[in-house]
Amino acid sequence: MIALHIPDGFLSGDVAAGAAVVAMAAVGYGLRVANVQLDEARVPLLGVLAAFIFAAQMLNFPIAGGTSGHFLGATLAAVLLGPWLACLVMAVVLAVQAFAFADGGISALGANVLNMGVLGALLAGLLVSAAWKLMPHSRVAFLTIVGIVAWLAVVVGAGATSVELALSDTVPLGTSLPPMLGVHTLIGIGEAAITVAAVSAVLAARPDLVALADFQPMPPPAAAEGRI
Amino acid sequence: MKWTRVFVALALALAVGLATAASPFASASPDGLEKVADDKRFLDEGRLAAVQEDSPIPDYAFPGVENERLATGLAGFTGTLVVFAFGYGIALAARRRR
Repeated sequence: MIALHIPDGFLSGDVAAGAAVVAMAAVGYGLRVANVQLDEARVPLLGVLAAFIFAAQMLNFPIAGGTSGHFLGATLAAVLLGPWLACLVMAVVLAVQAFAFADGGISALGANVLNMGVLGALLAGLLVSAAWKLMPHSRVAFLTIVGIVAWLAVVVGAGATSVELALSDTVPLGTSLPPMLGVHTLIGIGEAAITVAAVSAVLAARPDLVALADFQPMPPPAAAEGRI
Repeated sequence: MKWTRVFVALALALAVGLATAASPFASASPDGLEKVADDKRFLDEGRLAAVQEDSPIPDYAFPGVENERLATGLAGFTGTLVVFAFGYGIALAARRRR
């Protein structure tokens, strides 16, 4: 169940440390955003989103050629909580996976948080919010861009993994990049499908919980009943 | 507020349910990076860190449970609740430090 989870031994010390510095900066900023912006009602949401992403990451789906893939979740987290809290959520998931389940390395944890969390979350934060400003504010348009960005986040994460492996002298870029992009182009389709399904479920139940768009909240049940 | 609690409870139930009941039936094929690492012959360079030698639930198999599906389901159940508690705890702690 490693997917993009890099184990220890794949990366050189320098590359692992460099990635860890970037990841820690992003997660540290996420903690600051949680400190300053997180309202009380959203505290359990952070936990439940991390739990959902952990659970969904266990569900490997088969893709072509005896290979499987699984959901990563950075785009989903960014769409619901914003990019910086998403970095925090992904770090929580990946840290538990590394320490409790031996999934993904310990020295490689920073690289894993970068590849599967930070890059996707920031990409989603930038692209989805930019698209929201430019596009008509419809659910279909929003879900379409969310799906495209979810796919892109997986492919970018796979590309970053290849670059880190090449910088570590583990495998040349020309050797690992084509198959990594090929496989993750397919895995990204699964990512897009799950992300769109999850976001549309949240939009149906609680549109106000989608951070990267300002859909109007549904009236509380009492108010809705009063109108009948 | 109450409405959010209902939403959180339902989402957590869905997560725990998926991790417990669906994960035992997930594909066991090597995934993305693992497959490429095997094909391009660098899979063997991977190793466990020293602290991972005695991970509580190595490889998503709950220790001491012989039935593989049951071991995976229990690992999913436990892991989902641990991740929920950890995420909730960190968010709570970050907010309180204000």
